[in-house]
Amino acid sequence: MGAQLRVYKRRIKSVTATKKITKAMEMIAASRVVKAQRKVAASTPYATELTRAVTAVGTGSNTQHPLTTEAETATRSAVLLLTSDRGLAGAFNSNAIKAAEKLTARLEAEGKEVDTYIVGRRGLAHYNFRERKVSESWSGFTDEPSYGDAKKIAVPLIEAIEKETADGGVDELHIVYTEFVSMMTQTAVDSRLLPLSLEEVAEEQSAKDEILPLYDFEPSAEDVLDALLPRYVESRIYNALLQSAASKHAATRRAMKSATDNAGDLITSLSRLANAARQAEITQEISEIVGGSAALADATAGSDR
Amino acid sequence: MAAELHVELVAADRSVWSGEATLVVARTTSGDIGVMPGHQPLLGVLESGPVTIRTSDGGTVVAAVHGGFISFADNKLSLLAEIAELSDEIDVQRAERALERAKSDADASAERRADVRLRAVSAH
Repeated sequence: MGAQLRVYKRRIKSVTATKKITKAMEMIAASRVVKAQRKVAASTPYATELTRAVTAVGTGSNTQHPLTTEAETATRSAVLLLTSDRGLAGAFNSNAIKAAEKLTARLEAEGKEVDTYIVGRRGLAHYNFRERKVSESWSGFTDEPSYGDAKKIAVPLIEAIEKETADGGVDELHIVYTEFVSMMTQTAVDSRLLPLSLEEVAEEQSAKDEILPLYDFEPSAEDVLDALLPRYVESRIYNALLQSAASKHAATRRAMKSATDNAGDLITSLSRLANAARQAEITQEISEIVGGSAALADATAGSDR
Repeated sequence: MAAELHVELVAADRSVWSGEATLVVARTTSGDIGVMPGHQPLLGVLESGPVTIRTSDGGTVVAAVHGGFISFADNKLSLLAEIAELSDEIDVQRAERALERAKSDADASAERRADVRLRAVSAH
């Protein structure tokens, strides 16, 4: 075998091996998307009921709560950024990070200090590499977040909100995550989680054309709100974590699909080159044989004379 | 046919039980409360404890609920809990082991969780 042909054969072999790996990763990601979507669906009843309850308290009483009161002049904000622990997901992480940076720039332009909280090793690595301050970070569960993880994240954030701004507390909390729109579309979005505007929640609810009855609160409206709001925040964070996980798997699936396709294209073009190289080799061998035999024939013819 | 109310028992990550019932007994922070069809709209904070649901076909469903809310309106009752388990889902031996361990570690919240589970099983 000629040197050229051997090089092509070797490359085809290595690309085929890569293709097998990316194909497997694509299929794993595809099954995980379905699983993650199912988890989002399973968490919906709780979220809906909780929203209903928050609306009921919000509309049924004029209770004030630190989580719903707007600071007159917000001076410090917290930004919670949700990324993934692992890469190989196309632009998934960089899109989320970009959205967070845009939001941070906007908040800073409004004259607010920004505390960053990060979920996922990728986002943390990005911030650490640039030596930016990260208030707190969590990782290790982004592929399959549980409600306990959301709780773990919510606790310090709620503490920070309840603390006075002068003592290092924050006035508002923003969350940046990747919304799962469809299998093909995932968009990085930011939204303000706290202070929660009860009017907004109520508006969302009233869009569904539902008149809420006058509830009897047990033990009292304040106590119910006290217990309800942290749960609501947790459930929102949980939902964001789940959507982010689903988006990550969808992004991985897409990235791995295009990697597999590219590997296939590469194999086709390499095979063509290998075929051409083999053909060239054969042609050369034939011409060598023909040339050799012609020379031999000439020589014999010469000796006969 | 006796009056019925529709019950949804929902945990943070799944829907645990739903169906028709004639009576639901749960423990709120201000004491045990029983809800029957036609109760006035109610929204309360639940304590950790067993919740008893008397279903309309005469059976009883007991669930261990760890914190959460009860809300009732329009003959629809929702029990929201971060963690909720039906009594027949609870692994008694595991809960007993957890109780022992929590007692020796003096972990009050773990002890309470295990205790609630065991009470839910025994109430069944």
